Amino acid sequence: MSGHGIGARLLVQQVSKQFGQKKVLKGVELDIPPGQFVAIVGRSGCGKSTLLRLIAGLEEPTEGQLLLDDSAVSGIGEGTRMLFQDARLLPWKRCVDNVRIGVKMGDKAKALAALKQVGLEDRAGDWPGVLSGGQRQRVALARALAGEPRLLLLDEPLGALDALTRIDMQELIEKLWLEQRFTAVLVTHDVDEAVALADRVILIEDGVIALDVNITLDRPRERDNDFMYFEKLILDRILQRGDHESSPEAYSI
Amino acid sequence: MKVLSKIVNSRFAPAIVPILIVVIWQLLGQLGIISTRTLPTPLKVAEAGFSLAKSGQLFQYIGSSSARAFIGFAIGGGIGFALGLLNGLSNTANRLLDSSLQMIRNVPHLALIPLVIIWFGIGETAKIFLVVLGVFFPIYLNTLHGIRSIDPGLIEMAKVYGLRGRELYRHVIFPGAVSSILVGVRYALGFMWLTLIVAETISANSGIGYMAMNAREFMRLDVVVLAIIIYAVLGKLSDTAAKLLEQLLLKWHPNYAKR
Repeated sequence: MSGHGIGARLLVQQVSKQFGQKKVLKGVELDIPPGQFVAIVGRSGCGKSTLLRLIAGLEEPTEGQLLLDDSAVSGIGEGTRMLFQDARLLPWKRCVDNVRIGVKMGDKAKALAALKQVGLEDRAGDWPGVLSGGQRQRVALARALAGEPRLLLLDEPLGALDALTRIDMQELIEKLWLEQRFTAVLVTHDVDEAVALADRVILIEDGVIALDVNITLDRPRERDNDFMYFEKLILDRILQRGDHESSPEAYSI
Repeated sequence: MKVLSKIVNSRFAPAIVPILIVVIWQLLGQLGIISTRTLPTPLKVAEAGFSLAKSGQLFQYIGSSSARAFIGFAIGGGIGFALGLLNGLSNTANRLLDSSLQMIRNVPHLALIPLVIIWFGIGETAKIFLVVLGVFFPIYLNTLHGIRSIDPGLIEMAKVYGLRGRELYRHVIFPGAVSSILVGVRYALGFMWLTLIVAETISANSGIGYMAMNAREFMRLDVVVLAIIIYAVLGKLSDTAAKLLEQLLLKWHPNYAKR
């Protein structure tokens, strides 16, 4: 993945994070080139969401530093946008006005264009309360992308959606990422999702990077044997299984 | 049965019970079961209302009562909202002010009447001051509660999207607190009339309370009852106004959407 687009380069240097006595991250070292799609997987409580919040500037590292295009991340940067697990739309604003929050200067035409990208231009005037979970997440995606971010952070954005909607959303995210070429960091507990979307999957265990694999599959990705190979590789590592006792029907943890 | 269910479901259904009560009251009075010296009949009350309206006195009284009520509401509500906002947004302010305010809140404000008369005499200021006190606490408490109960996820989202200060307030904090604030407004409107009635019966030279007290001295029971009915109507009107405000400001809220 070359860096011709608008994507930002992200450097994580010896980052540790401690909450009280508990060390959540221990000296994480990571170099994400511009435009790469990285998925971070791990068991719950392994520190993957904390790493994402550090990248977003929502938390400060206890040690080490994070660099975005050679300038330190401090506070919430303008080029960084985040998609949360719950869509976090403002219920008192119609969809298009929710998207306008993500647009610089609140340009309505841009907001409508962003809604069109996610296929919801006909719901622009509706209240978020009447949308389905998947539609809300699509509006949130439009809001995140309307500001043309250089770095998009996704914090288990599809975790609450049903399986079919989730596949739709994965395809939509991949399509928009291919068009816009922002750098993307996806936190997920679903290995299938990570292999389907990412160029590179990082496994975090007990606050350190335990595995870093490049997914060398062509896009759009088919769930074929090669796909299964990567999925099994990562799952086995998470579940600490030897080859002899693995069972291929386990899909996610 | 069909006719009955049609009546119950019509939009005039809420008016049925009051109309029935008035009719029974009139009948009881006319048949002499209730002495007119205990309670004048509705027709007599209406007659008194007409003659007072003709002389213009009635509107003058309603006008001066309403003026007091709304001036007091504006001042008390304004201060309550401002303090609720301050304490909702700043933990320091909340720690400094909230416990004192809660202490004052538990004093029934009408117990201050003797003090208020000594401070302000029996002029307008005393009555408005009492209304201010009555209105302040419901608005303060509900504004504070509204701001405190905004989903922290929405505030975090707003920060990621670069909303700060006034923008954050306009797009997230105020709209998030508004449903709670409106509950406060409804309570406050009730307290507003209640306080005013008491304040006006104690000392006044205009207003509906004055009209009632004056009428009592001349044993004009019809005018006393008229005053009570006017208060009921004014209370109902302000409640309706608050409801309309809810429908306007909470259009997005599924619980308030017009059915």
